[in-house]
Parts: sequence; C-alpha cells; structure tokens
Amino acid sequence: MSSPAGAHAPVDYREVQSRAEFQELKRTHRSFVFPMTVVFIVWYLVYVLMAAFLPQVMAIQVFGNINVGIIMGLLQFLTTFVITGLYVAFSNSKLDPKASKIRHELEAAGIGLPDETPDDAVVTAPDAGDEASEASATQGATATQKGAERP
Amino acid sequence: MSSTLSTGLLTSSDSTLSTEVGNPWANIGIFLGFVAVTLFFVIRASKNNKTAADFYAGGRAFSGGQNGTAIAGDYLSAASFLGIVGAIAIYGYDGFLYSIGFLVAWLIALLLVAELMRNTGKFTMADVLSFRLRQQPVRIAAAISTLCVCLFYLLAQMAGAGALVSLLVGVDSRAGQSLVIALVGALMIVYVFIGGMKGTTWVQIIKATLLILGSGVMTVWVMALFGFNFSGLLGGAVENTGEANLLEPGLQYGADLFTRLDFISLGVALVLGTAALPHVLIRFYTVPTAKDARKSVVVAIGLIGAFYLFTLVLGFGAAALLDQDQILAAPGGQNSAAPLLAYELGGTLLLGIIAAVAFATNLAVVAGLTITASASFAHDVYGQVIKKGQIDSKGEVRAGRVTVIVVGALAIVGGIGAQGQNVAFLVALAFAVAASANLPTIIYSLFWKGFTTRGALWSIYGGLGSAIVLISFSPVVWGSDTSFFPETDLAFYPLTNPGIVSIPLAFLLGFIGSKTSKIAEDPVKQAEMEIRSLTGVGAEKAVDH
Repeated sequence: MSSPAGAHAPVDYREVQSRAEFQELKRTHRSFVFPMTVVFIVWYLVYVLMAAFLPQVMAIQVFGNINVGIIMGLLQFLTTFVITGLYVAFSNSKLDPKASKIRHELEAAGIGLPDETPDDAVVTAPDAGDEASEASATQGATATQKGAERP
Repeated sequence: MSSTLSTGLLTSSDSTLSTEVGNPWANIGIFLGFVAVTLFFVIRASKNNKTAADFYAGGRAFSGGQNGTAIAGDYLSAASFLGIVGAIAIYGYDGFLYSIGFLVAWLIALLLVAELMRNTGKFTMADVLSFRLRQQPVRIAAAISTLCVCLFYLLAQMAGAGALVSLLVGVDSRAGQSLVIALVGALMIVYVFIGGMKGTTWVQIIKATLLILGSGVMTVWVMALFGFNFSGLLGGAVENTGEANLLEPGLQYGADLFTRLDFISLGVALVLGTAALPHVLIRFYTVPTAKDARKSVVVAIGLIGAFYLFTLVLGFGAAALLDQDQILAAPGGQNSAAPLLAYELGGTLLLGIIAAVAFATNLAVVAGLTITASASFAHDVYGQVIKKGQIDSKGEVRAGRVTVIVVGALAIVGGIGAQGQNVAFLVALAFAVAASANLPTIIYSLFWKGFTTRGALWSIYGGLGSAIVLISFSPVVWGSDTSFFPETDLAFYPLTNPGIVSIPLAFLLGFIGSKTSKIAEDPVKQAEMEIRSLTGVGAEKAVDH
C-alpha cells in the first residue's frame, strides 16, 4: 500500500475521513441517493402490486383506449428520466465541487498519484491462516494453467 | 396481410418461417456484413491491446457516450427484443409490465453503484467487494458468483442462438443448429481473444446503434400506419386479436396468486439484479473517470428507455397487424412476432435487416459475457488468488486469453447440449442470483461501515445457494408441462423465480453475519475505501498510448 517510490508520507485515511468537509460530502451524497432510491422502488412496487392485485383499476379507461395501466406504465418511464435528470443536476452542482476539492487537496499532499494505485488495488489483507493450506492446492492449479498457456 | 406468408404457413405444417417468408440468403448476407464491419473494428482495436487495463477495461479510454451505448448493447439481448415484442403481441399489457422493470432498474446503477464502483475498483466486482475485507475468501466468493451469473446467462444466450437460427436463417435440423452454435461461439472467441474489451465494446456500440435504429424505424412505420394515434393503435390491437382484456394486466401473470407472486418476484429480481450483473459492472471500468461512468448510465437510460417504448409500439403493432395464431404457429412461437412484423412492413429487405440485427444482438451479448467471465477468472481467481497478485499485466492478459477459449468452448458445448431444452428461465435466474448474491454485498460494502467478511460470505453464498436450491425445487424443474421432469412433482417452492425469498434472505444474512462477527475489519481500509469511492482519489487512470 505504501508508495513504491517512497516519496510521499503515509496517508492517515482515518484522519481524512473524520474531516468536516469529507463528512459533509458523505452526508450530501446520502441525503440525495438514499431517499431517491426509496422513492423509486416504492413507486415501482406500487405499480407492480396494482397490476397484480387491482387489474380492474388499471383497466379504467381515461381517454380513447388509454387506460390507467398504460398511463402508470408510461409514468414509470417519465419518473425514471426525471430522477436521472435530477441526479445529474444535483451531482454537478452539489457533489462534484465538494468531491474535487477534497481530491485536489489529497493529491496535492501526494495521495492517489498514479504510480501508487496498482499496488493499492492488489493489496492482500493478512490472511495468514489460509495461506499454508491454499498454497498446495494452488500449485496444482497453477501447473495446469501453465500447461494450458503453452499451446 | 401478405397472402404468400399466410398460405405458406398454413399449407405446409413442417415448413419454417424463413423458407416461406423472406430470403434466408438475404438474412445471412446482411449478417455477414455486420460481421465484416465489426471484425474490422476488432482488429483495429487489437493493435493497442498490451496491458491488462487494455484487455479488460479497453484502456479506460471510452467516452461516457460511447460506453453508455455499449451498455445498452450489452443489456438489450435478443430476448429483450424478440421476447418483449412477442410477449406484448400475445399477452398485451403484461408484456409491457415486464419490460418496465428492465428500465427502472438502471436507477440503482445510477444512484448507488456506477460511480462508486468506478472509483474503487480496477477490473471486476471482486476488486470492490474484497477491498476492505479479507481478500482471499471474499474474492473467491465474488468470483464464483460472477462466474455463475455469466454461465447461466451465457447458456441461455447460446441455446437462444440455435432457436434464432431456425427462426431466421432456415436451418432447422439439430445438426445444422449445432453447427451454427459452434460458429457463433467460434466467432465470439475470435472477437474477444483478439479485440479484448476494446473490440467487444465496439461490437456492442455498432450492435446497439443498429438495434435501436432498426426498431426505431419500425416504430415510426407502425405509428404512421395508425396516423400517429397511439390510442388508435391500441384499439386496432384489441379489434384484430379479439382479446378484450389485451390492454389490462392479467393475461400472462394474472391466472392465480402464484402467478402474480411470481411476477412480483421477477420484477424485484430485475430491478435489484441489473446493477449487479457482472457484465454491466465491468463496463464501468472502461471510462476514465466516475463522472464518465455517470454519463454512461445516463446515456444508457436514455437509449434503453427509448428502446422499451419502441417495443411497446411494435408489440401492439404486431397484435394489430398480424394474426396471433400465425405468430404462435411460426417457428420460435411468440419470438417470431418482431421478424413477422418486419416482413409485413418492409418485406424481405427489412426482415433481413431485423434478422441480422437480432443475430448480431445475440453475438454481442455473448461476447460481453465472455470477456466478463474471462476477466473474473484471470484477474480474480488466477492473478489474485492463485498467484497472490504476483503477476504482471502481460501474464494476466495471457491467462485471460486462455480463459476466453475455455469459456467459449464451454459455451458451445453447453449451448449445443441445451438445445430444445426450456432454458429461458436461466435469464431470470441470472438476474435473481445477481440481485441476491451480488447486490447486498455491493451495497453493504459501499455504505455500511460495520460490514464484515463473515457478512459478505454469508450473503454471497447464502444468496447464490438459496436461489439455486429454490429453483431446483420449483415448477421449472418438477411437475409441470414445461419442466425437465414433468411426471414427478418435487416442486416444494411454488414459484418459478426465487428472488422474492433469496434477495431478502441475502440482505438478512449479510446483516446477521456482520453483527455476529468477532473479527473486526481494518478501519483504515474502510476509511480509504470510503474516501476513494466518494472523491475518486487514487482511482485507476486511463491508459495513454
């Protein structure tokens, strides 16, 4: 996890996490995505449950051959598009500025520079107990794999 | 109604649609054109396939718009196109009801998953799930679940390819269909082996454009026939089919309480499963930033939404313009509604185009699943678990290419074996497994600090296991006319979709597993993951060439 170049001081992620500006970003993000997720799932369930158990309501004609069911179905499309638009607007105005501000600060302090990332994603958590038993099983599989690789 | 069409189908009982309708050579010719164009892009893309980030993530260099189109290409399978148009043509409103879950589902991807996954991961879902938990066990679990979903979906697509061929190209012998499945598989291996994610993405983009343009043209055509009066189209559908209830729910799912619960289960699995499908998740890594991942989903929602609105018009258009009995009697049954409608509207040429598009659709989805399975095996299982990360990016690409051949061979064998079996349930099962085994762990690890390795393992294995066990004791396998064993009734679970039980169960298991866990997870990794996911610090960058 530590930078291979060793140029940067180790990062205290917990300190960054506890900063007010990060907590504010997290709160802002969740204050939008959580309620919105609940809203669209409940609205979809209402629609599906009505279709399943109240087909006679869905069959009520509104104009011409267009009935309540068709309108509610098309409204599902509309709400999906509207929520998408709202989220994009919210992200652009509220989330992105906060997120990039923190990112720039951290990058200025040397965190998350490209040469550091490959190791980060590959980091193996301490798993000492499993290592020994897996090593033997692993070797067999590795050998087969190698055989297959050499056509 | 074209008289040659109806007499042809009525007079010879064992005739196929394609020998009577349209010209198989036109269909094949147009399809070969598609293959030639996509191969050109695949070979061009292969010139820059050096690193693992090139091979699995297209160098992370696609724009949001390109990737959004490719997502639509990955997502809109032949089953969506032919299946939903056919379902609306036969069952009316219930087909439309079914299509809506496929669209609404994308809000989960948009709001909760896409950007955070892009910021945190590298190539696969397992990268994110194992980020702050114990690597080995969680990565293995996530890879197993990824491979299961890909396999189920792949089998359904390959078996579908055989059926599609009998429908569109006039090959209806078992040996002929097997040969075509083998050819599809071989072509797909070539695409993915040479082109990697870049090539696959171009195939998806071309296919999505053709599919949406083709169905869009047909939609305008149908609407024009009804004077752009949607109510008139619906009226025409009711009149032509003589089915008074065509415009209200119930024809397909309304038979009894179980069929209704079954639909609810399916709807929930669709909505919660989409954002956790591995071949969808892997697409978020092909763009340079989280903002592009967001834009990808926005473009995908626009295209997918438009597409399902088209299927609404095409389905009721088929009901209004064609004879339902004739659709059901054609090879492929209700799946033949869209091709028959194309022939009714534009004759041989339009049928050829739509047939080729449907086939290209199948091929592209198969390619997307193959690269996903290959990435998961080569990166997660081989690179991280077996080699413990001691593998360079060339080694990972090599392992990935070997896996492509293995997965392709398995898909060919499985597809040939599954011919004629009723495997349509596998698509619904893939969604249910994604919603049960993947989504709870994705959500918990992104949003819940107290989530632990035990919670992840219980949730993944519990969700995967319960979905498979429930389907094994369902009417899909036992005791109904379409079951594998129609004579014996061991269907303890009355529904054909496990989601309504397995999804809540997996969420619950993840919660209980975490609460009862005695081993604390690393709070520093949790902090790092949270900071990365929200700010994009340290996210994988695009590859420069």
